Amino acid sequence: MLNINDYPQQWEKHSRTQRLLRWLAWLWFVVLCAFCWQQMNHQTLWYFVTDAPNQLADISSRMWPPRWSYMESLWQPLWDTINIATLGTALGVVMAIPVAFLAARNTTPSQLLVRPIALFVIAASRSINSLIWALLLVAIMGPGLLAGIIAIALRSIGFVAKLMYEAIEEINATQVSAITATGASPMQILDYAVVPQIMPTFIGTTIFRWDINIRESTVLGLVGAGGIGLRLNESLATLAWPQVSLIFISILATVVFSEWVSARCRKAFI
Amino acid sequence: MQSVSNYPTTWRKPPLISKPSIRYGLWLLAAVYLFFAFDSVEVNWQRVWEGGERGWRFVQAFLNPDFTSRWSNIVDGIYESLTMTLCATVAGVILSIPFGLGSARNLAPTPVYLFCRSFIAIARSFQEIIIAILCVALFGFGAFAGFVTLTFATIGFLAKLFAEEIEEIDPASLTAMRATGANWLQQVNYAVQPQVMPRLIGLSLYRLDINFRESAVIGIVGAGGIGATLNTAMDRYEYDSAAAILLMIILLVMLAEFASGQIRKRIH
Repeated sequence: MLNINDYPQQWEKHSRTQRLLRWLAWLWFVVLCAFCWQQMNHQTLWYFVTDAPNQLADISSRMWPPRWSYMESLWQPLWDTINIATLGTALGVVMAIPVAFLAARNTTPSQLLVRPIALFVIAASRSINSLIWALLLVAIMGPGLLAGIIAIALRSIGFVAKLMYEAIEEINATQVSAITATGASPMQILDYAVVPQIMPTFIGTTIFRWDINIRESTVLGLVGAGGIGLRLNESLATLAWPQVSLIFISILATVVFSEWVSARCRKAFI
Repeated sequence: MQSVSNYPTTWRKPPLISKPSIRYGLWLLAAVYLFFAFDSVEVNWQRVWEGGERGWRFVQAFLNPDFTSRWSNIVDGIYESLTMTLCATVAGVILSIPFGLGSARNLAPTPVYLFCRSFIAIARSFQEIIIAILCVALFGFGAFAGFVTLTFATIGFLAKLFAEEIEEIDPASLTAMRATGANWLQQVNYAVQPQVMPRLIGLSLYRLDINFRESAVIGIVGAGGIGATLNTAMDRYEYDSAAAILLMIILLVMLAEFASGQIRKRIH
């Protein structure tokens, strides 16, 4: 029989094998990271990296003070940026609504055929950044605001539709059966039983996406899709750092403004 | 007494905004905004019309992507993106832990709290791409600039969420540790860490996922990775190679999302 003294005198969280396995897993992870670090840096010129503090000092001294007079030519691009975000969000939401209803398990007309297609649309739209969408659209339809608006819209479809179809799948089924029992048509069921339940999520998601889109539309100009990014690209190309810092300040101000607006809207509606 | 016929025979849904003046006012406001917005959007319809043919070529390229002719460039780009993503996520997680602890109201003294919170606010308000432009200017072209960009963005994202998680812990264990006379590090190690660890791992995996997506973009401004390869392909009008790169990105993003979702499900 086991003597009481045979038991370990000290409490241990993990047994010896568990400890060994954990240690090996960590070792593997550290080796992987070191390997990746090596691979990543095999083309890095360390001279440039060690020179970075000097560069930082140099660029900051060139950036300050910002060229305030340049602000006059920034109002129009800022207005364009807000338009890209707002019109893009509106267009994206309009396209996202049918996709969401087709993707939700309880409203889709066909689980086997339509739902996978809708889910693929959502995944494809979500995995490509709006800047890449803009890159494609500028190549196809030429530079300008329209490419930016469509890029923002295409990126918003996936985001809005995903959050909405999850909300549709979580609705309360009793209301749907109640409306069905009155003999309502499928459209009426959507209108009276489903839509009122997802309305708060819908409005919240739209405002949230608009806020994100304002941020994203500030840089779309880098690939030629209009807005303030266009001015940023010009100023960077001519190394006009005082203009760059003014553009950064106005981007920051726009982002803070849009956050304030979206917080107010959310409070008013939800 | 009211007779039955006095009651309304039809019912209408109550409107979302009950005050008619605000309801119609909002519609009017939206109409005025749309008028001015459309007025200022200049569209070269001729150019868009010509784009139709290019768009069709692009669709065809997507149906018939060319993986072979630029295969070595694609592999290099993806390899660079993946290594950059992993290094930046690890560095970002390690650095975001002190920032997260520093911006938790219940652990940090006020000056440290204010410093960390303002750092996070700055890191969060700029897009990755803008940080990438600055990093390329500082560190030169290539993956190292991308690494710094993603690390910086990761700190802003994770430190804020960590801090919120730490602020929401059950204070009882913290009080218990304080009562035993534990010092600050011991408090963090024994009272805070076990409570926030699962969330910390979940959020780090989520960020790994985001960093890969971002690594596909910051190459456009010269910070290395698959984005640089994509930009080159687009500049050369090699739509079939570009389509191949995009399909690879979509596939890898989906794989990463699936894998991180599975791991997160196991941890929780």
